[in-house]
Amino acid sequence: MKPDMQRYHGLAIGLHWLVALLIFVTFPLGLYMADLPLSPDKLKLYSWHKSIGVTVFALGAARLLWRAAHRPPPLPDMPAWQRRASQATHHLLYLLLLAVPVSGWLMSSAKGFQTVWFGVLPLPDLLARDQAVGDALATLHFGLNLALAALVLVHLAAVAKHQFIDRDGLLGRMLPRGPGRHSA
Amino acid sequence: MKTLILTLALVIAAVVPARPAAAVEYTRLDADASEIRFSFRQMGVTMEGRFREFEAQLSFDPERPEAAAAELVLALDSIDTGVPEMDAEALKPDWFDVAAHPAARFVAAQVSQAEDGRIELRGPLTIKGQTREITVAAEWRSSGKQAVLSGEFVLPRLDYEIGTGAWGDTSVVANEVRVAFDLAVLPAAARDDR
Repeated sequence: MKPDMQRYHGLAIGLHWLVALLIFVTFPLGLYMADLPLSPDKLKLYSWHKSIGVTVFALGAARLLWRAAHRPPPLPDMPAWQRRASQATHHLLYLLLLAVPVSGWLMSSAKGFQTVWFGVLPLPDLLARDQAVGDALATLHFGLNLALAALVLVHLAAVAKHQFIDRDGLLGRMLPRGPGRHSA
Repeated sequence: MKTLILTLALVIAAVVPARPAAAVEYTRLDADASEIRFSFRQMGVTMEGRFREFEAQLSFDPERPEAAAAELVLALDSIDTGVPEMDAEALKPDWFDVAAHPAARFVAAQVSQAEDGRIELRGPLTIKGQTREITVAAEWRSSGKQAVLSGEFVLPRLDYEIGTGAWGDTSVVANEVRVAFDLAVLPAAARDDR
């Protein structure tokens, strides 16, 4: 990474990787658990999945608030289309960080299962029980997750491109250690 | 003076509800107006449901509760938790095993009036081949033709082997199931005015 390239603020970096880790745990968990026959283990997995999802929502909201108050480090020179693509991808990722967990929460309410965050904090059911609405929200939750997965792949492809093709050291902005100043 | 007494008598007769000359005996359950509900905690979440099919034989005179007798039979496959997957699971051998034990039965062998005025029903409750003596305190409310017996009690599901095997883990599905009932009963000679 170029020594005078600014890095993201430490808190932004920490939240980024924490959210990434939580998504990488809860996403495959969701895929695996959905097709299980009903069992105590399935109920436990659902409970973990939902609690991690609520945490992602809370951290996503925190990141969005942080982003509203703090300018990220400026991008190095690049074609305008790349700059716009970067903005669009990141905006959509922020949106999905919030929309995916909310769609899950609404679906859970509609299917008659309240969410209790890690077994300690009950969250209100925003919708009344309605199987038809629950099924529709299940489709929505699944669809939004597909979109999230697609965007994460685009995000990772862009990172690889900048790291191995452009060799502009962009990845270093989001790494916790190494040369480069932190942005304000 | 006579007119005053007569008027007073008429007013009192009009205002004070007439008590039946003979004691009323309730012998029929109005199942459509009755409810048997339950709730339990699952992974920290309260789940609720009801049973839709049950019937009862009874003879109950509210003025002589000790002479009462009642038997309630409930179809376990009429369970309705609002979640089809859970309703289907409840029928299986680990749960109610409805293939072998389709009904739950309670016999109120002893009925008495408690000090606080509530009706106490005591007797065997049989579910899934397991019988336990239970005591249930109920409130009796009557207005006009209909009377309702309401109460609730805690049923430890594992006493009846409801939810065995892996489902015996009470941190996933709690042992205590709260059962609540509102049983609407009708007198034997009730004029039907549905």
